[in-house]
Amino acid sequence: MERVPILKIGDILLVSIQLDMSDQTAVQLQEALAERIVDTGCHGVIIDITALDIVDSFVGRMLSTIASISKVLDAETVVVGMRPAVAITLVELGLSLNGIRTALNVERGMELIAAAHADELDYQLDDDPDAETARP
Amino acid sequence: MALSTEESGRLVALLSGQDERVTTRWTEIVTSSLRGRLSQAELRRQVQDLHRAIVATGDRGTIDLSADNAAELRAALSELSRGRARQGFSATETTISIFALKDVLAELVQETGGPNALHDYVAFSKLVDEMGLFTFESFVRTRESLIADQAEQLLELSTPVVKLWEGVVAVPLVGTLDSARAQVVMERLLQTLVDTSSPYAIIDITGVPAVDTQVAQHILKTVVAARLMGADCIISGIRPQIAQTIVALGIEFGDIATKASLADALRHVLRLNGVETARRQPRRDA
Repeated sequence: MERVPILKIGDILLVSIQLDMSDQTAVQLQEALAERIVDTGCHGVIIDITALDIVDSFVGRMLSTIASISKVLDAETVVVGMRPAVAITLVELGLSLNGIRTALNVERGMELIAAAHADELDYQLDDDPDAETARP
Repeated sequence: MALSTEESGRLVALLSGQDERVTTRWTEIVTSSLRGRLSQAELRRQVQDLHRAIVATGDRGTIDLSADNAAELRAALSELSRGRARQGFSATETTISIFALKDVLAELVQETGGPNALHDYVAFSKLVDEMGLFTFESFVRTRESLIADQAEQLLELSTPVVKLWEGVVAVPLVGTLDSARAQVVMERLLQTLVDTSSPYAIIDITGVPAVDTQVAQHILKTVVAARLMGADCIISGIRPQIAQTIVALGIEFGDIATKASLADALRHVLRLNGVETARRQPRRDA
C-alpha cells in the first residue's frame, strides 16, 4: 500500500500529497498524522496539495477531517498550494472547505502557523495575572 | 452545376476571342457599382485575373467550380473576396463584381446570335451565379475570422493583472463583465497569485459601467476561489451609483473588504502588512 510521507520541520509537520487518494490511504494518513502530532508535540500541520489536479468532495472531506483531528490535538492545519483550476472547480461545485485555513505556498503556510502560534503565546501571557504583576 | 464540354468551349471562345473588350466592359460595370472607392487600374487587374482564371480552367476541360481543375479559379475568387472584406466593402459590392460578368456575357451572346444563344446564356448564368455564391461565402468566412480575431484581442487587452507592491497584485476591470470575460479574469488573477505568491489581490471595478447580480456573482466567485488558495481580495473603485445599485439589488459582499478607491485599498493592504505610509519629515538643511 502506498503511504503519504509526513515530514517534521521544526515545530511543523509537512504532508505532501503526491498521489490520488483512496479510502485506505486517507485513513492511514489520518492515523499516522494523529500519532505523529502526539509524538512530536508539533503545533502546526501543513498539507501541500500542489500535485493534485482534482480535489473532489472526498478529498475535501478528508482535509476537513484532518483539520478537525489536528484541532483536537492543538495543532493548526493549513492547506497550501491549491491550483487555480482546482479552486475554480471547488467554487463552481459550491464546496467551501469550511474550517480550513489556506495559504499560497509552503513558505506562506509556515509564516501563517508561526503568526498564529505567536498570537496564542501572547494571549496566554496577557491572560496570566502573575505575568502582569511580575513586571516592574 | 458544371458546363458541358461544348458549352465550356463556346464560353472560352467567347471570352478569349475579344478579351480586351470583355475586360474593359466588365471593369466599367464594376467601377460604376463601386462609386470610385477602388481605382480603375486595380479593378482592371482583378477583372483580368478572374478572366484569365476562367479561360485557363476552360482550356483544361469543362468548367466546373467544384472540380480539381478549377482550383486556380477558386483561388482567384477567394483572393478577391478576402481583399474586399478586409477593405470594408459590403457583401453586395463584392459579389456584384462577379455578377457583372453576366451583363458582359449577355451583350456578347446577343451579338454572336446562333441557334444555341439562349441555351448557352442560361448555362453561363448558372456558372456565374455559382461563382457569386462562392465569393459570398468566402467573404463571410473572412469577416467571421476577423471578428473572432478581434474578440480574442479584446479579451487579452482588457484583463491585465498588475503588481502594485511586494505581495499585492491588482486587476483593473474595464468594460462589461460577461461570463467569458469573468472566467478569463478569474483564471489569470489566480495564476498570477500563484506565480508571484502574493497574498493580496485588489479587484478594481472603476471601469465597469454597471454592476448587476450576475457581475457581482462573478466577482464573489473570484474572491472565494482566491480565499481557497490562501489569498485575500479587496474590491475597490466602487462609484456612488454602483454602491446604490448594489444595495438596491440586495447583493451581500459579506466580510469582503470594499474600498472607494484603489489608493484606499492599497493603503488598507499595506496597513495589514504593517508597512508604515507616514509622510517622511522634510529634510532640513544643516
